[in-house]
Amino acid sequence: MAISMTTAAAERVRSFMQNRGKGVGLRVGVKTTGCSGLAYVLEFVDTLNDDDEVFEHDDLKLIVDGKSLVYIDGTQLDFVKEGLNEGFKFNNPNVNGECGCGESFTV
Amino acid sequence: MLLQIAEPGQSAAPHQHKLAAGIDLGTTNSLVAAVRSGEAKTLVNAQGRDMLPSVVRYTHDKVIVGDAAMAAAVDDADNTIVSVKRLMGKGYSETLALKDKVPYQLIDQQGLVAINTAQGIKNPVEVSAEILATLANTASETLGGELNGVVITVPAYFDDAQRQATKDAAKLAGLNVLRLLNEPTAAALAYGLDSGQEGIIAVYDLGGGTFDISILRLRRGVFEVLATGGDSALGGDDFDHAIVSYLQQQSGEVQLSHQQMRQYLTTARSIKEQLTDSDTVSFSLPTAGGVHSGTLNKADFEQLIGALVKKTIRACRQVLRDAGLTGEDIVKVVMVGGSTRVPLVRSEVAAFFATQPLTSIDPDKVVAIGAAIQANVLVGNKADGDTLLLDVIPLSLGLETMGGLTEKIIPRNTVIPVARAQEFTTFKDGQTAMALHVVQGERELVDDCRSLARFELRGIPPMPAGGAHIRVTFQVDADGLLSVTAQEKSSGVQANIQVKPSYGLSDDQVATMLKSSMQYARQDMQLRLLREQQVEAERVLEAVSQALKADAALLSAQEHTDINQALAELARVKQGDDTAAIKAAIEHTNHLTDDFAARRMDQSVRSALTGHNVDEV
Repeated sequence: MAISMTTAAAERVRSFMQNRGKGVGLRVGVKTTGCSGLAYVLEFVDTLNDDDEVFEHDDLKLIVDGKSLVYIDGTQLDFVKEGLNEGFKFNNPNVNGECGCGESFTV
Repeated sequence: MLLQIAEPGQSAAPHQHKLAAGIDLGTTNSLVAAVRSGEAKTLVNAQGRDMLPSVVRYTHDKVIVGDAAMAAAVDDADNTIVSVKRLMGKGYSETLALKDKVPYQLIDQQGLVAINTAQGIKNPVEVSAEILATLANTASETLGGELNGVVITVPAYFDDAQRQATKDAAKLAGLNVLRLLNEPTAAALAYGLDSGQEGIIAVYDLGGGTFDISILRLRRGVFEVLATGGDSALGGDDFDHAIVSYLQQQSGEVQLSHQQMRQYLTTARSIKEQLTDSDTVSFSLPTAGGVHSGTLNKADFEQLIGALVKKTIRACRQVLRDAGLTGEDIVKVVMVGGSTRVPLVRSEVAAFFATQPLTSIDPDKVVAIGAAIQANVLVGNKADGDTLLLDVIPLSLGLETMGGLTEKIIPRNTVIPVARAQEFTTFKDGQTAMALHVVQGERELVDDCRSLARFELRGIPPMPAGGAHIRVTFQVDADGLLSVTAQEKSSGVQANIQVKPSYGLSDDQVATMLKSSMQYARQDMQLRLLREQQVEAERVLEAVSQALKADAALLSAQEHTDINQALAELARVKQGDDTAAIKAAIEHTNHLTDDFAARRMDQSVRSALTGHNVDEV
């Protein structure tokens, strides 16, 4: 089981973490909500929970709670630009269907 | 949808992203900034620029904003509105001094200033709305959605009319204004000074054409503007002109054509910028006889602009004097405006305030960045934010009434600004003063709330208990400042006090206060009922004793004894905590004294009528 990220994503995460000045890593996960059932979570982490799994990516830590991992195992986190907008994108092999916006999905 | 990194626990539900931006609506240039993945940055438009010239051009069928509009500033001066900020919220008569300085036509629109353009009459609010809409558009495209709210910065010296005009412009642009923020405060927020050391902060803002110095006081996370000063006709442009004069001396070109002037100015600006990092700059300029080449070193440059910089320092000294402070009182100095990049400016400011000024954030962007940070907090993207949300009142505000009870005047979560009034009266006959105790909190008893302030209303004309009408007004302004005014209606005597209710309250403390009000709700209510009966008992005892003193003659000996007995019983149960028993004793006393009261009434009517006949009444 693993979660990874592209070089572009890693660079941005590193810079955002440095800018924030605190935190142990980046939480990637899912929560049950949204128009298609599940939605992604992307948050800074200040304290680890008991059920968290930590994936090292060079000097960075990707943190996933055990329950989320089932839904996003094998996911690669990417950072992309679309016009003026830029941000993170989940390339999740488990996804069966997405809502039109890509913000929530079903497995 | 592309995702941004949220603070722990703050991930938004799909389609629920709270997008906010900070806007620096400047006289010359405007910027928009936002916080994304925890980082505050100015946003660039499709042309790759983050600085938008605050220029709007009206052609007969189009509205052009920014660089393209500025390009036409010379050729189509009538329809190209520059520096509209100077006109915001101004009456026509107030702008007469500007009439010859602006290249477009100012007109009187029912007392307010407006501009005659190819598209008809436009007022400053409409022009500013075009700039705001352009910036907001850049922000929504960059953030990937409609903005939930914006924070717009205004100069600290802007009055209510200028602030209202700015808000109106935002409304016209379809924006939800979370708050107007003072420019110096925004700059201080950008440096995170709100969570730092308390004390006095100076914000030195030297732009292209204006100089502002603001003195702020930071106390418990809230910035208060103590004094502002400056010079609305002094800025980096004057540095450029000083260099141009020097260049003219060197090249021997006394008279410059428009085109030459532009060339000299461009060279001057480039020299100024290069001298920030190097000690000598060489230049070459076309002259009538060919080309003039020369050099300018840092020392000579500093001599050229020395007097101008000294002028800003004099303004700093003046504003400190206005605030009753000296340079040593200043704990931090924040630099704003592109001209603060000039090393001489930095060193003079450092010497005057005896502290190294903060310069790590781009001085052109620092105000927009501060606004973005504030917008991000206000829109609700930060859970553990130490910046208190001042837009709503976090805890109820009220007064202490008899018996140590709280009377809530403004309930919690009321949106500010707000004003609420309530009438109170005197408790005793002939009472001429009233103590007002302002408290904050949700509990029923004053002892469980937070005391904010006490003051006294004196000079109430002597009247029977309950006769005076004292109107107490609670007013909270947009910055959370509470003022309480008490006024006795018949005489007009009044007293007031000002407090900042948010001082010293962390979010945790607010949460604790709210939680305990839930926890103790039932208990509090019972205590309140008991206290109310105790106060009522006190009032009855007082009233009956007064009556006995005055008119005991109207009672038989037996009646007198019965009433005295009832009073003694009432006084006894009042000490206890049996609400029902107190209530019963009050009712018993009232019942016993009904007849006495009626006889007193008859007697006073008779005495009033003595010597008068019925027709006169």
